[in-house]
Amino acid sequence: MRAVVAVIGKDTVGILAKVSSICAECNANVMDVTQTIMQDLFAMTMLIDISSCSVDYNVLADKLKAAGSDMGLQIHVMHEDIFNSMHNI
Amino acid sequence: MFNSKDILETIKMIQEENLDIRTITMGISLLDCIDSDINKSCEKVYEKMMRVAEHHVETGEIIEKRYGIPIINKRLSVTPISMLAAAAKGSPVKFAKTLQRVAEGTGVNYIGGYSALVQKGFAAGDLELINSIPEALAETSNVCSSVNVGSTRAGINMDAVAIMGKIIKQSAEATADNHCFGAAKIVVFCNAVEDNPFMAGAFHGVGEADCVLNVGVSGPGVVRSALSKMPDANVSEIAEEIKKTAFKITRMGQLVGTEASKMLGVPFGIVDLSLAPTPAVGDSVAHILEEIGLESCGAHGTTAALAMLNDAVKKGGVMASSSVGGLSGAFIPVSEDAGMIDAVNCGSLSIEKLEAMTAVCSVGLDMIAVPGDTSADTISAIIADEAAIGMVNSKTTAVRVIPAIGMKEGDTLEFGGLFGSGPVMKLSKFSSSKFISRGGRIPAPLQSLKN
Repeated sequence: MRAVVAVIGKDTVGILAKVSSICAECNANVMDVTQTIMQDLFAMTMLIDISSCSVDYNVLADKLKAAGSDMGLQIHVMHEDIFNSMHNI
Repeated sequence: MFNSKDILETIKMIQEENLDIRTITMGISLLDCIDSDINKSCEKVYEKMMRVAEHHVETGEIIEKRYGIPIINKRLSVTPISMLAAAAKGSPVKFAKTLQRVAEGTGVNYIGGYSALVQKGFAAGDLELINSIPEALAETSNVCSSVNVGSTRAGINMDAVAIMGKIIKQSAEATADNHCFGAAKIVVFCNAVEDNPFMAGAFHGVGEADCVLNVGVSGPGVVRSALSKMPDANVSEIAEEIKKTAFKITRMGQLVGTEASKMLGVPFGIVDLSLAPTPAVGDSVAHILEEIGLESCGAHGTTAALAMLNDAVKKGGVMASSSVGGLSGAFIPVSEDAGMIDAVNCGSLSIEKLEAMTAVCSVGLDMIAVPGDTSADTISAIIADEAAIGMVNSKTTAVRVIPAIGMKEGDTLEFGGLFGSGPVMKLSKFSSSKFISRGGRIPAPLQSLKN
């Protein structure tokens, strides 16, 4: 099972490090990362493999969200299927 | 890997444009709960519903978390209770109270199906159920009622129309101290559909499987936002954009529906691809029409713009889902739509224009507050007009008007939450009593020589 982590907010030092270290702690493998700067906003999307994740999906999602609010960022964790179904025919 | 633009678009739709799954509604057949002893029948209903729907709310919450998409309502619909009332002796209100216990036990926010289908006549149980509606709705808070009074194949049962005017009035009076909310929980249909997941009109038709899961999507905000990016486009381009947006919204509904049905072990029924507004800013169907180019909803051109919108939503949605049903189209409730409320208050939207709009969209005169002194016959006449539009055009139409007891035109009836607030609308001052008191039936219309 794969999930998409989307990080949106003001660009600061260490965003990628922080997010990927949480993924590593939970044994979620980072498969791909893209990042863009839209105007002042930093937007990073990350595809992670959570099939051998050591914690429950909800726990990982909550951890990432909490880390996001600590850094003043919005972090959304969503199952990849929603993007597959909405954007592919 | 996904295109990050797509990912951000989805997140923006959910976060800023109020995209959500409006409801997942589990339809449950109660045909196997019929018993000649009403108490036994109620026990069977309670036992079956609690067993089948035990994990309904919890499953919805798991899916919300997994996909990051809000599911606003988790609901149940049941076989029209008039069929159970037909076999059992005693007040059908007992069934309403049983449904209320189920709502509290399962945590769902509404149960629909305190209903009767009387388009051609009254069978055993129908009149008993209809007459008990005001009491049932006043004594319960999470039970919804609907009555089908007409269809294209059967015509309109004018006796039922006459009764329903009185029932709506009584329902409002019985809940006068609670914003007349009883009347907001009852809807009168022509051509009612059997798989509608939306309240107050949801019921589980007898042609349906024992238990199915239906999904209602929403997303007026997403459509409006997409159109706001194309100020100079012509109408064909706008229709195309609406189709694309409806496609994406419906795909999400399809995904949630299939996932929930898998988790619950219940067959997936349909996606109802409706644009269902909420009073939240930016979640309005009226604002879409205004974005298309009308100064205020209700201006000349509104019916045409709405017809285009409604059709484009269906075309986009049909391709996105393997099974589309329910009411599918744009809803135009007044109290639940910030733009409609403004349009009524500024004088651009009248009940006559709303009636014309219902001829080209789903569903009907919805959530409209009318003066408290409106006679039952006038309400019946409104129902008859609306049912006639549905009957002749082979479409579903409905009436959900709320007589605002003690209020007059220009006042506002506050409901709160998703139900919003309804400006009390002006009605014709002239009487329809003679017509309504005649009773009988409007014969089914001819289906050829269409002019």
